[in-house]
Amino acid sequence: MSEISNTIEEIKDTKSVRQHPGMAIMRFKRAFRLGVKSLWLHRLRSFLTMLGIVFGVCSVIAMLAIGEGASYEAQQQLKGLGSQNIIIQSVKPPEQQNSSTSSETSRVLEYGITYKDVKKIKATIPGVTVVVPGRIMREYVWNISRRVDCEVIATVPWYPQMRNHQVKRGRFFTDLELEDRSNVCVISPEMVQSLFPLSDPIGQSVRIGENYYRVIGVMTPQGSSKNAQLGGVGSDIANKLFIPITTARVRYGEILVKRRSGSFEAIRVELHEVTVKVDERDRVVPVSKVIQDIFEKNHDKEDYNIVVPLELINKAKRTKQIFNIVLGSIAGISLLVGGIGIMNIMLASVTERTREIGIRRALGARRQDIITQFLIETVILSGAGGIVGVVLGITIPYFVTVFANMATIVTLWAPIIAFSISAMVGIVFGIYPAIRAADMDPVEALRHE
Amino acid sequence: MTDGDNHSIVKLDDIVKTYQMGEVTVEALRNVTLEILSGEYVSIMGPSGCGKSTMLNLLGCLDRPTSGRYFLGNEDVSTMDDDMLSAMRGRKLGFVFQSYNLIQQLTVIENIEVPLYYQGISESESRERAVYYAKRVGLGSRLNHKPTELSGGQQQRVAIARALANNPLVILADEPTGNLDSSSGKEILDIFDDLHNQGKTLITVTHDQEIAHHGTRVVRLRDGQLESDVRNQ
Ligand SMILES: Nc1ncnc2c1ncn2[C@@H]1O[C@H](COP(=O)(O)OP(=O)(O)OP(=O)(O)O)[C@@H](O)[C@H]1O
Ligand SMILES: [Mg+2]
Repeated sequence: MSEISNTIEEIKDTKSVRQHPGMAIMRFKRAFRLGVKSLWLHRLRSFLTMLGIVFGVCSVIAMLAIGEGASYEAQQQLKGLGSQNIIIQSVKPPEQQNSSTSSETSRVLEYGITYKDVKKIKATIPGVTVVVPGRIMREYVWNISRRVDCEVIATVPWYPQMRNHQVKRGRFFTDLELEDRSNVCVISPEMVQSLFPLSDPIGQSVRIGENYYRVIGVMTPQGSSKNAQLGGVGSDIANKLFIPITTARVRYGEILVKRRSGSFEAIRVELHEVTVKVDERDRVVPVSKVIQDIFEKNHDKEDYNIVVPLELINKAKRTKQIFNIVLGSIAGISLLVGGIGIMNIMLASVTERTREIGIRRALGARRQDIITQFLIETVILSGAGGIVGVVLGITIPYFVTVFANMATIVTLWAPIIAFSISAMVGIVFGIYPAIRAADMDPVEALRHE
Repeated sequence: MTDGDNHSIVKLDDIVKTYQMGEVTVEALRNVTLEILSGEYVSIMGPSGCGKSTMLNLLGCLDRPTSGRYFLGNEDVSTMDDDMLSAMRGRKLGFVFQSYNLIQQLTVIENIEVPLYYQGISESESRERAVYYAKRVGLGSRLNHKPTELSGGQQQRVAIARALANNPLVILADEPTGNLDSSSGKEILDIFDDLHNQGKTLITVTHDQEIAHHGTRVVRLRDGQLESDVRNQ
């Protein structure tokens, strides 16, 4: 009688054995091996199915890395301008048609920021701590026979500190040198290469026009400022040379005469650029509005431009957010397509293996066992695709940086999120084919050809 | 083996199985009542379409009757849920099919292990048992072959080994020699005789009068009804 002892009791025993954790791990391991085996049987098909996920994951990570890199570079440049700063620039106003009698070009074009404007800002706005006046002139700079086109910036000793643009070697000029109107200069690193390719520039002299200036320092590189997000701040010239503003006033006077392209052009600009530092970040925007008001009242022409780096930084952040949303959608769609590909193949595979499903059911497989078998296959496909995608997604930005010279940043969460989504896609798109397999009638399935 | 030792293993009680084909209702089994005792070797015979396979599928817990009750061992199978039926198939029943129904991508040994896998038997034990049964059906030297590398008779022997692996109460065979030539068929029947002699309960569906003589009992069906039930001397 022992042979036909109560089966229900035995089955209950088996169920509890099945739920034992060690047992579950063992079963999972075997199911996993079975899955790998059956995927390996159709290597090419599995590989092609995987590609959908690989490209999805890889493009998410690579695109985010490139986007992140671009926005980081832009933000670095903006931070270089100082987030507490407001920068006012002189702008050549649009040509006035009525006053320009093209016969004589001897008249002096007058525009831009004046010393009066600076005084007004200082007097009317409290909490404005420093004002850096600056003049910017485009000149050729010479070292004997070598010549570079350069932006000469006349400024004050505290410029590096205010603009987050540090001296790399040597030093910036001092208050004393400002008072003395010394002929000293600090050059940007880009100039070292073209002017002093063989020797150390510090202590040597460069010539601008008739005057010689002693090089006392070299600035840190600032990167190219070609980024459109800068909104015209800074120029496309990397060569910069800094001299004390007092020296510039002596050398150049107030009027600049340019003798380019045959004709004379006399321009009178008191200050090319002024940097206003606001004591608190929160006040930057209101102060910029006040400055705007002052300029609107005192200037009848649009001959100034007010740049608020903080606003630009925020704008860049918003742009980045939008960029991320767009990228996320594209990535989501590509993963969705990959998931549909997986589902398609799994449905075909279920149909193809109907007989096998019938056999397994006849030999004691529960619905749950069949679901597990097929689900594990899809999860292996999408998981492996995800891993390959993560590896490619990390490598591609590296090559973009090396070959296209673009900054890329792979954040930690990009691969994690991309991989989790791919694994989820496997489960979501695998569940339907698996349930279809499990719901087959065993008798029908066994009869299937 | 005396009658006193034998108890009822399979009991069909007024079983009806109908198939709905659109408007038409096909009555595959009509009020079949049948009891099979432990150790019996039963042949189910009858003309094509009389419901033999339908009956075997019901006996094998692959299908449920439309009405009536089915006891396997002393349990009422007709009330069990799908998981319980799976468990019954896996632990109490062994199947041998006309077309072997081996899984093509698995080796001989792996095919024999499939029912053990679903009972959560450890890998080492399952391997040991599979080898034992493979040897028992004379395939000790073919353990790592794929089904396609075997003859029909050999494949059917793998199927028998697989059916035996869980030491089931009943072995169900649907025309096990239907696809085989006479000498391979003879080998299979010899194995069945052997199992019968060891006290296994066997139920086979067959068209072959010759095969029916091997068994202890012949059940004939006609149009879904029990026509005759004869015990061989
Ligand atoms: N799934 C089904 N749907 C509809 N009718 C079915 C189904 N399965 C079987 N039948 C019908 O039930 C009846 C019995 O079929 P069954 O397969 O049991 O016959 P059989 O005795 O095994 O015949 P054979 O000797 O040809 O194998 C037949 O009339 C068949 O058409
Ligand atoms: Mg049949």
